[in-house]
Amino acid sequence: MTSVLPRTTVDADTPVRHDVHAPGTDFGALTVVHTRHWGRWILGALVVFVVAQLVWSLFTEPGYHWDVFAKYFFAPAILRGLGLTLLLTVVAGSIGFVAGGVLALMRLSKSPLLSSFAWAFIWFFRSIPLLVQVIVWFNLGYLYPTIGLGIPFTAEYFVEFQTVSLISAFAAAVLGLALHQAAYSAEIIRGGILSVDQGQLEAAAALGLPARVRVTRIILPQAARSILPNAFNEIIGLLKGTSIVSVIALSEVFYVTQVIYNRNHMVIPMLAVAVVWYTILTTVLSIAQFYIERHFAKGSVRELPPTPIQRARRWVSEQWARLEDEPAPVPAKAAPEEARS
Amino acid sequence: MTITAPAADVATRGLVEIRSVSKSYGAHEVLHDVSLTIEPGEVVTILGPSGSGKSTLLRTINHLESVDRGWVAIDGELIGYEHRGDRLFELKEREILKRRTQVGVVFQNFNLFPHLTALANIIEAPVALKRLSKADARQLALGLLERVGLADKADAYPRQLSGGQQQRVAIARALALQPKVLLFDEPTSALDPELVGEVLDVIRDLADLGTTLVIVTHELGFAREVSDRIVFIDHGRILEVGTPADVLGNPQHPRTKDFLGKAL
Repeated sequence: MTSVLPRTTVDADTPVRHDVHAPGTDFGALTVVHTRHWGRWILGALVVFVVAQLVWSLFTEPGYHWDVFAKYFFAPAILRGLGLTLLLTVVAGSIGFVAGGVLALMRLSKSPLLSSFAWAFIWFFRSIPLLVQVIVWFNLGYLYPTIGLGIPFTAEYFVEFQTVSLISAFAAAVLGLALHQAAYSAEIIRGGILSVDQGQLEAAAALGLPARVRVTRIILPQAARSILPNAFNEIIGLLKGTSIVSVIALSEVFYVTQVIYNRNHMVIPMLAVAVVWYTILTTVLSIAQFYIERHFAKGSVRELPPTPIQRARRWVSEQWARLEDEPAPVPAKAAPEEARS
Repeated sequence: MTITAPAADVATRGLVEIRSVSKSYGAHEVLHDVSLTIEPGEVVTILGPSGSGKSTLLRTINHLESVDRGWVAIDGELIGYEHRGDRLFELKEREILKRRTQVGVVFQNFNLFPHLTALANIIEAPVALKRLSKADARQLALGLLERVGLADKADAYPRQLSGGQQQRVAIARALALQPKVLLFDEPTSALDPELVGEVLDVIRDLADLGTTLVIVTHELGFAREVSDRIVFIDHGRILEVGTPADVLGNPQHPRTKDFLGKAL
């Protein structure tokens, strides 16, 4: 057996051992052979094949009618529908989350009346499918033909409105979406508040901070960390959920695409228009989520993780430095992988 | 049994009167008819085994725990209640908070606000309570940080500080409202042994400044050195009160002897 290991200093008197534990072995000169993960390679190849097939079909399948897609993607009707989708999301989302916050605080209140009311509200509006709720609000006129202010428990009114004119399709949509959202976000916000350490409340109370300050300055900023991921799930869900109000002929983006394909029979390209727009909006929200979560991570991690832009910039500067054959500037806050290389 | 009224017209700063206080959690009585008067500027250490009620007693002093019977007063003002005619009226939240600011608390787990820097932790209360402008509060906070030896850590978040540093910031935060009484609830129990000293040094400085201090601790050596009086409590009853020399050196009650025998 001949040794290929470089030996540094071997005492002439000691018998030479070729086992790696020999005191003379220079471990720095050994080549490391990584394990081969054959399963990963096979599955990886399969995934690449499937994706390639899909992309190929996107370009070759005539059924997509990309010309129709391009023609309608920025069509004024579609953009108007998109505007309404966004408006519904913003209005219903804002009302929903504010109401949800109030419900969450009521649910945590010491008053049994308030907490039972909040519980019942959440129970009721989580029980009804959103689709059913929107249709019920839209048809409320059958139940209460008029809505007005008057003497309680009587039919004496000071002012009175026709329900049909008061609750337009838009109002019905906002009511349905907002109440539905309020019930779900109440539980999310409550969960976030419960995740804050009890000691924080005690410390805030011991400092004599008033309840409003305790909630807005101490509890909610800390609860935000666990609220945000779920809240963005909800907002994205709401954005897509607005497509449900197409049943009451409210011309949000999905309703508009349906109207158009009922006329020109280009079902797939028109659906593709909706799909791509929803994807774009969701992407924007996901990016916003990253930065907002990062903001609220202050203080809970010792070091904020770099943003993708910072990471890209660092990578470019390292590659640049390598090209110029200078030692790469080791960033002060090097990630572990970078520190190792 | 009659319970006497708090001292009237006290012009002093930091007189704590605890009178016939009882408190139960369900069937379990944590405090039983506890009475104790702590003079202004006095340093009192409460000793006792785990579950003896010493932390509960400390927390009744600023109404973090309400009492079932008896009362606690600071400089003749009842904590949590108002005495009018022949009734005790429970105070409104705002009044409770106002009286609470006379009493600072330092917790075992520091309870610094993790999303705020050391400086922001300290200025939060004086600014929120409109005691000081933001600029003045900043000045005060920087001075307090200097006093606890952390002038260079003003912009650090709690998680970036060691336990001992966090506890010193917590002390500075409690001092920002210039309380008459400071309560320490096992301030060094969550610390590594080598960090205990730096916190005790700060407390020792406060003891010299004449603020009334009530300390729950397991550091017997420190208690002996810094306290004017030591209170030994077990099963919710005060068993012994006296100077450190008396209580630690010559305990009378068998429970005290037993506890000190195990602790030393």
